[in-house]
Amino acid sequence: MLLQGKNITKSFPGALALDAVDFNLLPGEVHALLGENGAGKSTLVKCLTGAYRRDSGAIFLDNQPINPRSTLEAQDLGIGTVYQEVNLLPNLTVAENLFLGRQPRRLGLVSTRRMNAGAREILSGYGLKIDVSRELSSYSIAIQQIIAIARAVDLSGKVLILDEPTASLDATEVQMLFSIIRRLRDDGLGIIFISHFLDQVFEICDALTVLRNGRLVGTSKLADTSRLKLVNMMLGRSLEEEIHKEKDRTASVDPVQLQFKNFGRSGHIKAFDLDIRKREIVGVAGLLGSGRTEMAELLFGAVGHDSGEALAEGKPLRLTSPRAAVAQGFAFCPEDRKRDGIVADLSVRENIILALQGQRGWLRALSKSEQTAIADGYIARLDIRTPDCEKPVGQLSGGNQQKVILARWLATNPRFLILDEPTRGIDVGAHAEIIRFIEALCDEGMSLLVISSELEELVDYSQRVIVLRDRAHVAELTGDAITTSNIIRAIASDDHEDKVLA
Amino acid sequence: MMNRLHPALRRILPQLITLVVVLGCNVLVFPDFFKIEMANGRLYGSIIDILNRGAPVALLAIGMTLVIATKGIDLSVGAVMAICGAVAAAAVAGGSDVATAVVLALCAGIACGLWNGFLVAVLNIQPIVATLILMVAGRGVAQLITEGVILTFTNEGLIFLGSGSLMALPMPFLIWLGFGVLTAILVRKTALGLLIEAVGINLRASTLSGVRGNVLIVAVYAISGLCAATAGIIVAADIKGADANNAGLWLELDAILAVVIGGTSLLGGRFTLAGSLIGAMIIQSINTGILLSGFPPEFNLIIKAFIILVILIIQSPIVQSVLFAMRMPPDLSNDDAEPVEGGSARDRDASVQKEGMAP
Repeated sequence: MLLQGKNITKSFPGALALDAVDFNLLPGEVHALLGENGAGKSTLVKCLTGAYRRDSGAIFLDNQPINPRSTLEAQDLGIGTVYQEVNLLPNLTVAENLFLGRQPRRLGLVSTRRMNAGAREILSGYGLKIDVSRELSSYSIAIQQIIAIARAVDLSGKVLILDEPTASLDATEVQMLFSIIRRLRDDGLGIIFISHFLDQVFEICDALTVLRNGRLVGTSKLADTSRLKLVNMMLGRSLEEEIHKEKDRTASVDPVQLQFKNFGRSGHIKAFDLDIRKREIVGVAGLLGSGRTEMAELLFGAVGHDSGEALAEGKPLRLTSPRAAVAQGFAFCPEDRKRDGIVADLSVRENIILALQGQRGWLRALSKSEQTAIADGYIARLDIRTPDCEKPVGQLSGGNQQKVILARWLATNPRFLILDEPTRGIDVGAHAEIIRFIEALCDEGMSLLVISSELEELVDYSQRVIVLRDRAHVAELTGDAITTSNIIRAIASDDHEDKVLA
Repeated sequence: MMNRLHPALRRILPQLITLVVVLGCNVLVFPDFFKIEMANGRLYGSIIDILNRGAPVALLAIGMTLVIATKGIDLSVGAVMAICGAVAAAAVAGGSDVATAVVLALCAGIACGLWNGFLVAVLNIQPIVATLILMVAGRGVAQLITEGVILTFTNEGLIFLGSGSLMALPMPFLIWLGFGVLTAILVRKTALGLLIEAVGINLRASTLSGVRGNVLIVAVYAISGLCAATAGIIVAADIKGADANNAGLWLELDAILAVVIGGTSLLGGRFTLAGSLIGAMIIQSINTGILLSGFPPEFNLIIKAFIILVILIIQSPIVQSVLFAMRMPPDLSNDDAEPVEGGSARDRDASVQKEGMAP
């Protein structure tokens, strides 16, 4: 056993982030650490590398108990970490980055010549022949990633932790990285690989550990694990469990309202075709990193598309910016409310009228009484819990903030509403209210696209479910085929061609 | 008591009190401070002098307030004053009439502002760095226009803007007051003020809501440039010449200070133009007071820094909450006068309770 964590527990105020988690890493093994957001992956890594002090539990390296108090100490013990954003200094040379803090000296001065020679020697072990005296930032992210790995391995040499190393790499760069990972594995290093890309996990890893809500779901050899079993472990269901639609939501017979043809952006999401009917709720499912939010941003013009076109009733739409999309009757409630949604210091009233005012332009101001009337109307209609409409929105609870953003868009009277994780992080009561509201809006004639990781929820209200994997549409479910197990099967399936499962 | 005041007035009450205190101190060092006399058809006196001399900082503070509300800062306004003063002087020296000269100078100011806005909004350069470029280069540009000398002029119309008077009041005062009122109407009677605040608090969320955030950012820098141009014309007209090296020197810092004293946070968002104008008058009152008190001039800057330090300490949230706790027993505290920190925590409790009680 190379690295062993036993009963590691870590709590933060109000939340148990890790609950007695065991973790075992063998030498010469690439071990995937998997779980949805908030599962405890990064907390576990931070406990293992000393960035966090664990509350209880023990860590063993080579069967010796260790107790790192900082990442530096963990590095000296032999545990190196490389993060998704390369944590090196872009304005120093490659060689300086490799030798930072331990530059070879001659008569007390840094010997650049010896340092460069050393750097070339280290990197030649990785098949990398580059000018080490150039600045790090002049190389691609992939090369920087390899340099970061080289530094970590050179400093530590026993355990290498890779936190989403492939998130910003293209396919050939991923293969280059994988060949290096394989060689390090063959040299006897233990590698912990954190990624949301299941294809990559199945390609490179030997074993896997799945966490959910701070608990250990299971550890197994990769050879013994099917994709279906893995997705079920991550989402926390048993294979037998099956949820069908309770309500009768037959496919909409209303006319097609919006058409997206071959719509996509390279590096963001693969081009897709999508028709959305009036009075239709289209659900979008997929694991984290599958391209759900990217798809929403593309449809709303927050990120420009580089292929395809959008049509409304046969006429082309210009979707080059959120502003252009709003002018076409689009609306978008983003996933990250705090960052992309609320304007925290402004009042509930001002937040609710913001999109409408933006649409009208600065000259045609809504009077204070009009604003108050609109805001009070939505506060009553959506049951927003606030003492009055002048309270800063940042002081409301998450569910009420979500309702304020919903109100902001309803005030613009949109025809197409995109909701990205509308029920994330809000309490059960508000959760049910928002779902009821989604259905009510649909009945009023609006078209909706709802992204959610809550599969029961999607199954319940969607008339169609689109499944994304690895930034591409992989399946579309309609009618009775919309079940949680079908969605999971589509997420897990390896075959990119299975368009319709029903 | 505070509840009965109009909310806008309540907001700037600390600034008004500070101004009164500073003016009171001036009376202590100079008993004739409030004396106002009429001579040659215009008013004279220390108060009139403050309103007159404070014009450049007041004008700069108007533009600076809007820029700071978008989470930006404009360090170039002093240099823009020098450029625009030089443009106006060069125009009248070249034979233009006063209207042409003023329009040319104002256009130069707007152009400078558009340049800053382009760097900040389009190229995404941090405002402090982006405007530093023009702060440094601007004086060079001004020197090129004046060809390295103090460009003097005798155009009566232009000089009138700096030292003339209308209805017994000095022109510079009327100009900044008019400018302030017009800007306040522009931002508060249209949606501009709200959109600027939204962009300053959360640019991403505002842009995703369909607000043209980048256009607004360019616009506020252009307004700041326009304000600086007006200030530059006044300063040049006052001394009947354009001094590329000294016109508006360090005034950008006074303007930022006026905004901060006025109660607008450097973190952007909520802003108050009236507060900034009062802040500018507080700064000018200190300057005039030190001058009148007869202290050796070498102490001036130190005394000024000390007074401002005291003002800022009194305004700091920590001192405010301590003062509040001393002033009012806890059971009598009212919502509106409470400082933000204490208020938000208790409001949250209240809303949680309300949620808990709802069916």
